[in-house]
Amino acid sequence: MNADLILVLPEITLFTLACVVLLVEAYSKDPLHLLTYWITQVTLLITIVLVLKACPEDPMFAFNNGFISDGMSSILKAFICGITFIVFLYSYEYLKEHQSLKGEYFVLGLFAVLGMMIMASAYSLLSIYLGLELLSLSLYAMVAMQRNSETASEAAMKYFILGALASGMLLYGISMIYGLTGHLELGKIAEAVSDDSINHSYLVFGMIFLIIGTAFKLGAAPFHMWVPDVYQGAPTSVTLFISTAPKLAAFAMAMRLLVDGLFPLVADWQSILMVLAVLSMGVGNIIAIAQTNIKRMLAYSTIAHVGFLFLGLIAGTATGFSGSMFYIISYALMSMGAFGMIILLGRNGFEAEMLNDFKGLSERSPWFAFIMLCLMFSMAGVPPFLGFWSKWFVLKELVTSGFVSLAAIAVVFSIIGAYFYLRIVKLMYFDKAESMTAVKASKQMRMVLSVNGLLILLLGLAPNALMSICLSAIAG
Amino acid sequence: MITLPEVLSLAALLFCISVAGIFLNRKNVLILLMCVELMLLSVNMNFIAFSHFLGDIHGQVFVFFILTVAAAESAIGLAILVVLFRKKNTINIDDLGSMKG
Repeated sequence: MNADLILVLPEITLFTLACVVLLVEAYSKDPLHLLTYWITQVTLLITIVLVLKACPEDPMFAFNNGFISDGMSSILKAFICGITFIVFLYSYEYLKEHQSLKGEYFVLGLFAVLGMMIMASAYSLLSIYLGLELLSLSLYAMVAMQRNSETASEAAMKYFILGALASGMLLYGISMIYGLTGHLELGKIAEAVSDDSINHSYLVFGMIFLIIGTAFKLGAAPFHMWVPDVYQGAPTSVTLFISTAPKLAAFAMAMRLLVDGLFPLVADWQSILMVLAVLSMGVGNIIAIAQTNIKRMLAYSTIAHVGFLFLGLIAGTATGFSGSMFYIISYALMSMGAFGMIILLGRNGFEAEMLNDFKGLSERSPWFAFIMLCLMFSMAGVPPFLGFWSKWFVLKELVTSGFVSLAAIAVVFSIIGAYFYLRIVKLMYFDKAESMTAVKASKQMRMVLSVNGLLILLLGLAPNALMSICLSAIAG
Repeated sequence: MITLPEVLSLAALLFCISVAGIFLNRKNVLILLMCVELMLLSVNMNFIAFSHFLGDIHGQVFVFFILTVAAAESAIGLAILVVLFRKKNTINIDDLGSMKG
């Protein structure tokens, strides 16, 4: 029992400190919520330290094998907390500028992080479900938080209904798998599935529901309807959060379900994921071209990136899974920068959410135009930026596993996708600015955003460091 | 004696009704919330049936967790509904289309 508690120490610490933040918030009268904000940030830092310190050599289990601590969970958790740290830094600027600063934002954010950490470490269908719900419920509330905005409440309602539908689908799949194998623990499920006593088509039936639920949460086509509306309608700070850290958790969930639990059915889920991947890349890249709202455009770009993420899973090898992990981490970094730019250009009562707001940015602020250029080139997959390498690793593994035509389709779609990323670069550098208002943002915001952008370039120049982390995470 | 396939069919039927309700209903957001609840209850039925016929307690424990989460979920759903109604003065689904593209 004692060993169990030590293994979940990062989660317990995060939970306790989140409750402290809630209490502090209840009694604080500070309109800037500085104390809440700083305790939140320190909490995240402490959690990172605890996670990295506890990172075990071999997988360790706790609570009747409901909880696993291994390389993948530790690294994903560290990235989730680190990314959330920067997201909160950007969000604080945004909320302060738009006068919608509420301490509950940080409390809900911390609980969402707790949910993500549980998802990363879940080793039983029950803990996967509970982690997912803790994350989702916090996110629904965060989207609805700007109560005076009509689009935000509409987006929250859509997110809630479709998210609940996704959980329902996932649960139905869980119940089928439980009924067929008689177990909730992923390791035992894998054992039960690999001996042939269970009817194969029933298992596939249950698995399809699990995949639908996961695809909903990741926002893969054809289950992507909520993504554009939620990204556009939610306050930019929340969109920033939704588009980064939860993607890592959803990746962890897909890995646990499909690889740890249902790996004996690999041939079946490969063919299902193939359909999802091609549809996502197609829908994402093509519809994004027609968008004029940059938040909506980035939503479609997320859908396309999720398609690419699936390609690494389809490869079905440990290196392929590491490629996917590399992909999702680099996507989270790029998406964080892109939404950070939207926050940077916004002012009180004005959101820089239309493509036209980026016109002539190179005259207004050459440095941030350059940062945005790095981010857009990286998302489009131009070498030597990080985004190129993430696509490269995934495609290489896909070709090695013999899916050459699928790789070719992916390349064609990413070339189509390059158009709308490069259009932003064109708007920034070759169009006249509509107004010459200078970019005003605090020093820390400018600094962190610059580091964020340069990180994309630097990691792109030396991608092997991050890749070796991902390789050791999956292998270990 | 009721057999496992019979219970599973009933649960599957309820599940289909709730999914159909979510997609076909064009009138009222409250009905959507009801459909979501029905969906979770049909899954609970699945779990209890499996738990009973497998002689394994885990399924019933899972049901308790689902019930708890469902309560939290409907609380948040209704809260969002109240916010939406205050802003729009309607809970008609056809009026929820201000974002397009």
